[in-house]
Amino acid sequence: MKKIVITVLCFFAGAHWSLAQDDLMSLLEDNTEESTVYTEATFKGSRLVNSHTIQTRKKAELEFLISHRFGRLNSGSYEFWGLDAANIRLGLEYGLTEYLTVGIGRNSHEKTYDGLVKVKLVRQSSGKRSVPFSLVYFTSAAIKTLREEDPIPPNATRMYYTHQVLIARKFAPSFSMQLMPSLIHRNSILEEEGDNDLYAIGVGGRIKLSKRMSLNAEYYYRMNTPASDQQFNSAALGIDIETGGHVFQLHLTNSRAMIEKGFITETTGDVLGGDIHFGFNVSRVF
Amino acid sequence: MKLLIKSVLLAIIITTSQAQAQEKYMTKEGHIKFFSSALVEDIEADNHKVQSIIDIAKKEVVISITMHDFQFEKSLMQEHFNENYVESEKFPKATFKGVFTSDKDFVLNKDGEYQVELVGEITIHGVTKPLKTKGVIKMVGSQLEAQTTFELSVADFDIEIPKLLFQNIAEVVKVTVNFKYDAL
Repeated sequence: MKKIVITVLCFFAGAHWSLAQDDLMSLLEDNTEESTVYTEATFKGSRLVNSHTIQTRKKAELEFLISHRFGRLNSGSYEFWGLDAANIRLGLEYGLTEYLTVGIGRNSHEKTYDGLVKVKLVRQSSGKRSVPFSLVYFTSAAIKTLREEDPIPPNATRMYYTHQVLIARKFAPSFSMQLMPSLIHRNSILEEEGDNDLYAIGVGGRIKLSKRMSLNAEYYYRMNTPASDQQFNSAALGIDIETGGHVFQLHLTNSRAMIEKGFITETTGDVLGGDIHFGFNVSRVF
Repeated sequence: MKLLIKSVLLAIIITTSQAQAQEKYMTKEGHIKFFSSALVEDIEADNHKVQSIIDIAKKEVVISITMHDFQFEKSLMQEHFNENYVESEKFPKATFKGVFTSDKDFVLNKDGEYQVELVGEITIHGVTKPLKTKGVIKMVGSQLEAQTTFELSVADFDIEIPKLLFQNIAEVVKVTVNFKYDAL
């Protein structure tokens, strides 16, 4: 009996000696606390198709973006299916800090200059601190410099301001979605075109087709359009191809312009009528 | 008398088992660096949050590496590393489990340098491969330092390098390990 007791006692005392490497690993895991992992690469680049994504530039990162939007595919062979009428936007975006990106651009469409600021307010994360979505505040001011009237009207009448709250969630490594509630303020607008302030809600997403390719889509629903509205909601479909430091994007959209005040509020293309523009973006990050 | 024997035996067992516990060391700030040179640009990253436990008595070591903690100089390179190469969302940690032999027996609480040979298995990107390397363990005061260097082939771990980027990314990566352990 006493021998049994001693043996049992020895067994219990010595039991914890017999740690195998797996037990050592469990010991390691027990001793380390979970960390917060911030979601990365919700989208491949700073643009979904026409819209901005929640991706901002990291500190001291510069992005050069060349965007093209051609004419309508249904404009026939003489116009080379729209390729002859090319609109281009050249833009630069720079990360002042991890959370603040600023940018400038020039559009050949109506010779419009635009400036933008993107502020990263909320980052999606998992682990110790779990946050289900990312949120970025986007604002832009644009000035149309096309001389279409004589005398040239004052600058204030040619200014447009955009505010967007971009809310996105990476649901899975290959699937992300984004909501874009937007407000575009037009300083000067014709009465039949509606209010100076246009409210719209955009929705978009992307599905990764392979490690470096994704299919993107977006749609904007304009909320307070006037009864006499002749325009259409913007819809776009795109493919992203990412290679190292470049992102190539191929687009099909019913919008002619490439900045928010253009594609959200001034889309005159009827998708069902075949008013589709082909376009492509090339983005390079330095 | 028998009670005395029992108590002494128990006391010996308890004290020696406590002594065994002294032979485990742990770090949560281990440093692993990997480097590969290629025509276009060198690829280099440092991880200063590697976790490891080493057991001097059993001559066992385990290492747990959080892939997200590798810091690159270029943030775009870091993003691609995580998203496209090691797919850290699917495989957040790399691990190593192994045993080692040393040229001489370990003497605790005394400064010394030991040449060791480490044999084990490393798991990266969900793929486990055997790993064998030589290293040095130094006892410095109450700390234990361990260093080793070895090479890994990227393709061994199903890490795809697309043809386009062939020029950028080398196939062989040099890994440098430098841990400073404290007694657990």
